[in-house]
Amino acid sequence: MTEPTPVAAPRRAALAPAAPGHLSADIVARARELIALYPEPRSALIPLCHLAQEQDGWLTPEAMVDIAGLVGVTPGEVLGTASFYDMLHTEPVGRYVVAVCTNIACLLGGAAELLEHAEHSLGVGSGGTTADGTVTLEEAECLADCDRAPCVQVNHRYVGAQTPESFDRLIGELRSGARDTEIPPHGTLIRVRRTGGLAADPAAVAEERRAAAQARAAREAAADGGGA
Amino acid sequence: MAITDPPKIVTSRLGYDDSHTLERYLATGGYEGLRAALARTPEEVAAEVDAASLLGRGGAGFPAGRKWSMLRKNPVTYLVVNGDESEPATFKDHLLVERDPHQLVEGVVIAAYALQVTRVFIFLRGEFALGLERVQAALNDAYAHGAVGRDIFGSGFSVDVVVHPGAGAYICGEETALLESLEGKRGFPRIKPPFFPAAIGLYGDPTVVNNVETMSNLPWIMTNGGAAFAALGGGRSTGTRLFALAGHVANPGVFELEMVKTTFDDLINAPVLGGGIPHGRGLKAFIPGGVSAPWFGPDQIDLPLGQDEVAEAGSMLGSGSVVVMDDHTCAVRAAWRITKFFSRESCGQCTPCREGSGWLERIMERIERGDGREQDLDLLMDACDNISPGVAWPPQQTTICVLGPSIPSSISSAITMFRDEFLVHIKEGGCPYD
Repeated sequence: MTEPTPVAAPRRAALAPAAPGHLSADIVARARELIALYPEPRSALIPLCHLAQEQDGWLTPEAMVDIAGLVGVTPGEVLGTASFYDMLHTEPVGRYVVAVCTNIACLLGGAAELLEHAEHSLGVGSGGTTADGTVTLEEAECLADCDRAPCVQVNHRYVGAQTPESFDRLIGELRSGARDTEIPPHGTLIRVRRTGGLAADPAAVAEERRAAAQARAAREAAADGGGA
Repeated sequence: MAITDPPKIVTSRLGYDDSHTLERYLATGGYEGLRAALARTPEEVAAEVDAASLLGRGGAGFPAGRKWSMLRKNPVTYLVVNGDESEPATFKDHLLVERDPHQLVEGVVIAAYALQVTRVFIFLRGEFALGLERVQAALNDAYAHGAVGRDIFGSGFSVDVVVHPGAGAYICGEETALLESLEGKRGFPRIKPPFFPAAIGLYGDPTVVNNVETMSNLPWIMTNGGAAFAALGGGRSTGTRLFALAGHVANPGVFELEMVKTTFDDLINAPVLGGGIPHGRGLKAFIPGGVSAPWFGPDQIDLPLGQDEVAEAGSMLGSGSVVVMDDHTCAVRAAWRITKFFSRESCGQCTPCREGSGWLERIMERIERGDGREQDLDLLMDACDNISPGVAWPPQQTTICVLGPSIPSSISSAITMFRDEFLVHIKEGGCPYD
């Protein structure tokens, strides 16, 4: 029998920065309000990624370092989580992300033809960004607006069913800024504000969680006893 | 069968442009169900929902009352509302969160009271930017109105409701993946049984997960009684349900219909509903409950819209979405696109799903392109069999969650119903519909 190798102390404490250096004071203040809504800070990781995209348009490495510090994980864990999700862009995207759904209902409504037109018209393939940095084209999965097929979203705002002609008009209006009121820049929370914090007694929540942990421990102890 | 004229339970306000505001909500009986609930004990409220026999509207169709009663023995810590609507061609929750967010909030507080939880998370699909705004605005107003927060309507009951945005991943509609995502992690479904969220849920604590539409039914049930709800529909499928109709119909949309009393034929062809297939074309096939469901053909159009009735016929009512394909639709192309979706959305944990979906997608794509081989049909079924042994319905499972066994549905349906069409693609070296 050899002695087990001592486990090194977790490195995350050393990696976490003392204070966010990239995200703006306003974003950090909103981030702290969001974190306060959850029993565990890490739950705010994805909402914070949305806030970072609001500021930068995409999820920059610098923002991920700040988010890691705010929720108490490593920057690698932020990237490892964010890279799972379609809405979180770990590479730069255009000012407008134009998502064309080609899933079944939209396919039946001519979405493949619309996407082909969009690729020709914009001169980029799906996933590409126009040279002027205005538009990133995405082939999307179902966006839950199937009675208006083929369905298109711009920065996650529904713009209704599109034909090739109306699509070109839409792009023109985006470029001229004519749709700026209706379609804000990035960040699905950009117009979401909670006006108050939590009102229920936090001690009650803590008590419930303590009781649940106790019940779980009792159940596990019973299961261990039964298996022996 | 006929189209009945049931009360509008969850869509009663949708005729108003301002249906999302507190003013309209209060003017149309809003928060009366919550007041009725708070006047009774939590057990009585749960019993009322039990009496309604409300089946969960998310897709699995588990009775909501029973889901709650499984928990009444132990204290529940969290209620989580699943608003991650991503099943292709399903767009009913989209409507409910944007157009009647107060109804959702009221339902949520009623459920929280019945379960005696003090913290609720409403997980909304990140792509619902307007929905997120509307539900948060409704919550802000509801807090100010005293319907959420501390000492609701002077009852002594307090609950906080938090809106949580997703970030684009179909798998997060699966309840354990949703909980992982809510914990700030990749949306990997958890292994279960033995422990379902009711035992080990959010942060390892007992958690109830219910769908948006399920919650939205609760105000009406509290106001009108569970018996009135159970009097609608038939068999186990009580009440009304939202059906999202899309594809080749004249009038696609979301329709609230009495379960069982209405048929697929009514939904697709009635002038006041789907309005039939346009351009004088015929029906080729329809998908009765989301793209995870096996397809039906014209022979099954007289089936009633009931959970058990559809299950007995070999498919599922699932998420309540119905996709209609006319006789000019290429079955290979349709099944290929659905397979591509599953391949993109597989979370990657389980080999049969991760590898199988990509493999199936590539074979389907080459058949559609005209480069398929006759053996490909057997190869497809063999790969499907590796994901879901027997390729039967209800499916066997080799994976952690049901995404895997959902993959074979469209392929095996298309091959069974339209084998000749595959062979034409292969023999002629291309798609006959191009």
